[in-house]
Amino acid sequence: MSDVTSVPDARGYFGAFGGRFIPEALVAAVEQVADEYEKAKADPAFTAELNTLLKDYTGRPSPLTDVRRFSAEAGGARILLKREDLNHTGSHKINNVLGQALLTRRMGKNRLIAETGAGQHGVATATAAALFGMDCTIYMGEVDTQRQALNVARMRMLGAEVVPVKSGSRTLKDAINEAFRDWVANVDSTHYLFGTVAGPHPFPMMVRDFHRVIGQEARAQVLDRTGRLPDAVVACVGGGSNAMGVFYDFIPDAGVRLVGIEAAGEGVQTPRHAATLTKGDPGVLHGSRTYVLQDEDGQTIESHSISAGLDYPGVGPEHAFLKDSGRAEYRPCTDADAMNALRLLSRTEGIIPAIESSHALAGALELGRELGPEAVILVNLSGRGDKDMHTAAQYFGLLDDSAADAAGGAK
Amino acid sequence: MLDGATIQTADDIALRGGVRTKDVLETIRTVTAANPTVPVLCMTYWNPVDRYGQARFAADLAAAGGAGCILPDLPVEEADEWLAAAAEQGLATVFVVAPSSRDERLAVITAKGTGFVYAAAVMGVTGTRAQVGDMAEDLVARTRATTELPVCVGLGVSNAAQAAEVAAFADGVIVGSAFVQRILDAATPEAGYGAVRELTAELAQGVRKR
Repeated sequence: MSDVTSVPDARGYFGAFGGRFIPEALVAAVEQVADEYEKAKADPAFTAELNTLLKDYTGRPSPLTDVRRFSAEAGGARILLKREDLNHTGSHKINNVLGQALLTRRMGKNRLIAETGAGQHGVATATAAALFGMDCTIYMGEVDTQRQALNVARMRMLGAEVVPVKSGSRTLKDAINEAFRDWVANVDSTHYLFGTVAGPHPFPMMVRDFHRVIGQEARAQVLDRTGRLPDAVVACVGGGSNAMGVFYDFIPDAGVRLVGIEAAGEGVQTPRHAATLTKGDPGVLHGSRTYVLQDEDGQTIESHSISAGLDYPGVGPEHAFLKDSGRAEYRPCTDADAMNALRLLSRTEGIIPAIESSHALAGALELGRELGPEAVILVNLSGRGDKDMHTAAQYFGLLDDSAADAAGGAK
Repeated sequence: MLDGATIQTADDIALRGGVRTKDVLETIRTVTAANPTVPVLCMTYWNPVDRYGQARFAADLAAAGGAGCILPDLPVEEADEWLAAAAEQGLATVFVVAPSSRDERLAVITAKGTGFVYAAAVMGVTGTRAQVGDMAEDLVARTRATTELPVCVGLGVSNAAQAAEVAAFADGVIVGSAFVQRILDAATPEAGYGAVRELTAELAQGVRKR
């Protein structure tokens, strides 16, 4: 088995997972991205410009917050939140977007396209396009444009074109398909700014590298704050970018459990979930070999989650590798448990988390009760919940009838 | 992720109607039994073959009378296991080349392919187009320089005039979405078969005009 810290290999494989399963028309473009990324990594000017943007534009380093009142509900374990929700644009997604936008400029291209589920990656991409003066088209499943209407407005305000995708389940998987179709046809002018640690090599590696700053900062912050490493690092996993970012620098720390929380939707015993690593099988989706929710014929099964950002029937290949190697563990969390965690953090700490990140919080509550009051648990709070207030208002009945109508009309 | 609206729509209808991998193999068996001299290839995304089992799929396709596979999202770098399984069953593996494929890469691809080479006429997804790209002729010439295999052109061909244009510089003309569209547009299956027959005759006439 490959060493968990020296992946991927030259062909983009993390053990048995990864690779590059793409049409020939995209091979040259993907190779260009890989070549340019290798050159950029070796160029101190690239790193310096990215670090300046992360500091002065994104607002890094993001803080580490002790959440004592919330921790009381987690068996007394000490829970520390890595505050990616406080980044500019409201989630971790901006880390990767700024890196790839700089890369796009190096490649001499002037148009960014991206898929988005919850809209956080789309907003971050539209933001970078505005900052760099590039054209921008965002593909978003029609279902998601409705449940994340605020983010659609944000992207359009930033000058991006938002295309609602009406094929398939009209969610993230279909948005990715549509973005690939655009890329094949416009590859000379366009970079596909892929938003997660999935897709063909080099995307899983490159997106992980751009998010690695999360774990680098958090590891030092936890050591500084507590004098030791955490017992566990917890993050939600859809495609898996925020989880890879926070996990990566802890991989060599054998005593630190890495726990990914997948969306169990209405429960993994029902067909309505997005728990790819828990319930899927190895297969090929969107350019790489990984775990996939699929039927016995290898046709992709539609996923479900209340969280648009986790509603995806695939997962990044490095997570598949970490699961099979035993270095990380993956647990499901239902819509109901995630929504309860969202409300709990809001009411105990005054922090409204994204529904995606609320899955990680629910996982930490469960883990804290298992580990007891001596435990230290680091949770990646990957995004803020403003975009989810329409969903939360409906779920919890937060608005009176006329206000609910107005919120409904706003979509 | 490589298909345009026509084939996506047809795929959705077929899958919702319960079509399985074994039904595709059964169709190949029926067609080859009726026309034993015409080679029949299966064009598919890679995952259904991977899921079925590479060796098992090759064996069952050969047993059904199939001549080979076109696997557009299986690049040569990932294809060794399949190529061995296909060779064992005497199946051809057709790789796709694109206008963006550089000459060195064309040579790598055509060295591994068998049967013929599928030259994509344009940079884009499947579907009919008003014009066959002018990149196609150059791609055919560059591909021919690397191989003795026939080079056939597809993506965007939908009528006799385009077929004639392509046949002037390629060894074969590949038509997909135009047939699928005729069936989607037909009020009944029988009307669809008639429309397919009509289009076949029209395209054949175009090819023979060259």
